Amino acid sequence: MWRVGTVIALHDETATARTITLEIPDWPRHVAGQHVDVRLTAADGYSAVRSYSIASAPNSEGRVQITVERFPNGEVSPYLTQEVVVGDRLELRGPIGGWFVWRSQQAEPVLLVAGGSGIVPLMAMIRSRAAAGSAAPFRLLYSVREPGAVYYRDELRALSAGGDRSVMVSYAYTRTVPKDWPRPPRRVDAALIAATNWPADLGPTCYVCGPTPFVETLANLLTASGNDRDKIKTERFGPTGDQKG
Amino acid sequence: MGIISRGFSGRRTPTDVNLPPGQYLTTDFPVLSAGPTPRIPLDQWEFVIDDGKNVLRRWDWKSFRDLPSENITVDLHCVTRWSKLGTSWEGVSLDTLLSDMKTDASYTLVRSYGDYTTNVPLKDVLNKQAWIAFRYDGQDLAPEHGGPARLLVPHLYLWKSAKWVRGMMLMHEDKPGFWEGLGYHIYGDPRREQRYSGDR
Repeated sequence: MWRVGTVIALHDETATARTITLEIPDWPRHVAGQHVDVRLTAADGYSAVRSYSIASAPNSEGRVQITVERFPNGEVSPYLTQEVVVGDRLELRGPIGGWFVWRSQQAEPVLLVAGGSGIVPLMAMIRSRAAAGSAAPFRLLYSVREPGAVYYRDELRALSAGGDRSVMVSYAYTRTVPKDWPRPPRRVDAALIAATNWPADLGPTCYVCGPTPFVETLANLLTASGNDRDKIKTERFGPTGDQKG
Repeated sequence: MGIISRGFSGRRTPTDVNLPPGQYLTTDFPVLSAGPTPRIPLDQWEFVIDDGKNVLRRWDWKSFRDLPSENITVDLHCVTRWSKLGTSWEGVSLDTLLSDMKTDASYTLVRSYGDYTTNVPLKDVLNKQAWIAFRYDGQDLAPEHGGPARLLVPHLYLWKSAKWVRGMMLMHEDKPGFWEGLGYHIYGDPRREQRYSGDR
């Protein structure tokens, strides 16, 4: 069933990513981590559909935020990040997915690991935790190319500012680091995992989202550092970069 | 037809390509899986067919690879909307694995290392429609794509082509597998666009 959402706000997260806030009157409450299908239709009836993770916490106001990263040769993302204006209507289906989700009844420690735009469903989990007043211990490890590529920067800073409900946020900058950053530009490695993750004996649930090679690497690192395979949930997107399969 | 998206024209697939509805072409080979990639040493690998009570057939890697295999070229359709055409595989047909099997079962539940499961009607894995594939594009199947061996049942959405297969249970009644129990369609025919539960 396709629903019609009205764009009520737009916000640029980075030079290439935009958050779209939609109001959908009959939207069923979603769970953090779920996605929506967005359908665009041309004047002659041709349509294209893509899936986008929901960025916002569950709410009863029928509001859904998605954050869309623009792929230069994409069919849908350039339209969503450059053409859409407030007041436009978009068709949506969902919420979809019941595996890569965090429910506010969960009390165990959580490690969130984001690669680039993989932060989006994890941000929904962080926001859901805050909205529910949950005391579940959360940590976030966020890998980005450069400081300018961080989504939700101010909100993450506020959430990690301290206090007993604070989320510990660690960054891995892979190309360019901020001024005076102690770690050189480098991908996430075993040492950073060890410094960030909960002790394995606390049985954390790990949510890993990002491009396929990133998720493959991180899932292997987490398994190697003693995390229970059954508690590592992954969501992958984008090309493998490997034509051989 | 949906509401018109002002200013959207889209990027059409060439008209000589007959894709299922809602799919777009990719030349890459994206990966989708729910958890870490299992690594299965070949000397521990096995494939077991059972009926829920008794083991009916069992192969280790050597006896499996001694079976006659086939080269197949098929189109893949993922529920996340990419399609990849003309992919080349080598595998053992399920017709071979199930040959002369006396059963009145109508469904199968395919299971994988890493505890993934998916359900496929028995008639859909027979008659040259499904294989246990171990080579892709002339190379041993990479772990990310389901190696050592995966099910290949290309007339259904790709989540039915379970990676890292280790067995198949024959059942009298249908039973949802992993994704089928999490909101995805019980059968998953791309031509009828059966993506999510509730799709006809």
